[in-house]
Amino acid sequence: MNGEFAIEAHGLTKRFGDLEAVSHLYLNVPRGQIYGFLGPNGSGKSTTIRMLCGLLTPTEGSATVLDTEIPADARLLKPKIGYMTQKFSLFGDMTVFENLQFIAEIYSFPTRQRKARIEEVLDKYDLVNQRRQLAATMSGGQRQRLALACSVLHHPPLLLLDEPTSAVDPQSRRDFWSSLFRLAEGGTTILVSTHYMDEAERCHRLAILDHGVKVADGTPADLQQSTGMHIIEVRADNPYRAQAVIGAIPRIASVTQLGVRLRVLMPDTIVDPVAIVNNELRKAGLDATAIASTATLEDVFVAVTLKPARHAA
Amino acid sequence: MKSLSRILAILRKEVRQLRRDHLTFGMVVGLPIIQMLLFGYAINTDVRNLRTAIANQANTHLSRQYVAELGQTQVANIVYEVGTPQELEDLLRQGEISIGVYLPRDFDRRVVDRTRSAVHLLVDGSDPTILGVATQLRSMPIAFDSAPTVNTGPLLIELRPYYNPERRTPVNIVPGLIGVILTMTMILFTAVAIVRERERGNLELLINTPVSSAELMVGKVVPYILIGMIQLALTLAVGRLLFDVPVHGSILDLYLAAAVFIAANLSLGLLISTAAKTQFQAMQMMVFILLPSILLSGFMFPFDGMPRFAQLLGELLPNTHFIRLTRGIMLRDAGIGDLISEVVFLIGFTLVAMTAATLRFTKRLD
Repeated sequence: MNGEFAIEAHGLTKRFGDLEAVSHLYLNVPRGQIYGFLGPNGSGKSTTIRMLCGLLTPTEGSATVLDTEIPADARLLKPKIGYMTQKFSLFGDMTVFENLQFIAEIYSFPTRQRKARIEEVLDKYDLVNQRRQLAATMSGGQRQRLALACSVLHHPPLLLLDEPTSAVDPQSRRDFWSSLFRLAEGGTTILVSTHYMDEAERCHRLAILDHGVKVADGTPADLQQSTGMHIIEVRADNPYRAQAVIGAIPRIASVTQLGVRLRVLMPDTIVDPVAIVNNELRKAGLDATAIASTATLEDVFVAVTLKPARHAA
Repeated sequence: MKSLSRILAILRKEVRQLRRDHLTFGMVVGLPIIQMLLFGYAINTDVRNLRTAIANQANTHLSRQYVAELGQTQVANIVYEVGTPQELEDLLRQGEISIGVYLPRDFDRRVVDRTRSAVHLLVDGSDPTILGVATQLRSMPIAFDSAPTVNTGPLLIELRPYYNPERRTPVNIVPGLIGVILTMTMILFTAVAIVRERERGNLELLINTPVSSAELMVGKVVPYILIGMIQLALTLAVGRLLFDVPVHGSILDLYLAAAVFIAANLSLGLLISTAAKTQFQAMQMMVFILLPSILLSGFMFPFDGMPRFAQLLGELLPNTHFIRLTRGIMLRDAGIGDLISEVVFLIGFTLVAMTAATLRFTKRLD
């Protein structure tokens, strides 16, 4: 039992007709950590999660999830995982308590434990006052807490969360993440997909997906240190014109405007990139200064999704 | 044990949701009553009060007496008196009347001679039912009071209408209507049962739990069997109170027959549910079952009179077999044992449809 990894994916591939949604994905998710999937819509995050819980059959490849072979033994995995769908999937015409009760019955809780456990999660996820409220009438944040409460009700050692925070406000997102940290401290492995950089930064490890391909993975700090890029920040009075000037410099990887600032990425093989940029700006007569900066996750994301070699493949 | 608790969980959930779904709940009670009233009062093959016009050119005592008797039959409702047969034809063409009665000037003499027709009936023959009823008018005797009654002798063929001596249409309609109502509601409820959960996203959650396909199917079907039974009771009560439709046979047999029929329809509904992607598609598929269940099951038209191909199609429909059961039990005092082949078909149908639905419903999204 207890291998080092909660999830090991071996070349998972899923094709829908001509579209390759997920392409030869290799993945190692350590136990007891929060592992993030970062990627834009359509990058294959949901498809991967669905393959990992046995909802979709991989076209190629396989995975070992909690020592269970997927897709062969997906049935045995069901009681051991908690899954939170991207879209709210609980019953809107039932109350919070009834939804929890239903889930408890489905997972065959003994009657005596059932009540205690439901009360416990109601309390833990701040749903005590909503217990008699119909799920359909709750706010986005409340629904999300209910969905999380339902998915952890049976103490699963692995949680798969598909963009759990896409429909909630920032405060609810913060609360939600502190719940996830508490669960992880309790030993639960959590796989969470997101397209928010700040959420990705909170993960212990993460994989960046783009067009079904894993383009990078590691801890957020590792990823930020190994972009292979110089990161330069430019402050300019006229960022729009400055962007055009910098974009014309040979071997520039990308220029992104953030308000009055520009984030410039150049391959780290270039010597003294700040001087090059400042020089060009001066030549164009622009009032702007470039300084060296350190990579944020957003820079990492831009850097790894820009690699031309991948597009050629 | 665990399986039972999961089935009960699904069952409880279905009942809970059903209780809150006022539209569906209303349909459970409303649909049978409305259908009974509509079909019971509107469908009437026992035609009366056909609009009739008279052109009485003879205008003698005898002819007037004939017209008066015609009015008393209740078949003809005399709405016009006109002068010429041409006017009768005009009224017929305009759809004002269904029957035109022309009594020629020499009506009295024709009645006596019996060589030429004394009465001309102009009938809108485009509706066979009206034509059939009008034909009965030919048998009305016409004779002078003083004339000796002509003894026509005993009839060669005597007609004895069994089981429905008063020839009331509801007696025939109601047992069949039970089948139509149950077909409509049972298939409708289950056809949308799984599709709705798919549309709402609930299914993705459900199939990630330890619930098996068979448990889900059983849990979804059982509450509706009970609802079907309530509908049956309701329909029987309305049939009894409003249309005086009897139940000659055993009420227990009737409920047994209904139980297997309901199970057959629910399984069919589930099968539709696994094939349809949206609730709208499920509805469309349901119409494909419902229309033949009304037209080819023997509910509307006598089964024996249908073309061979239509009969073969009809034999595949659960309603055809159920109508034979209800008519047998309710009207002819047949026991369920007399009609066991129909029951066997319904059980077989249920098993096949349920197995197909369970196999088709994979716990996957692809």
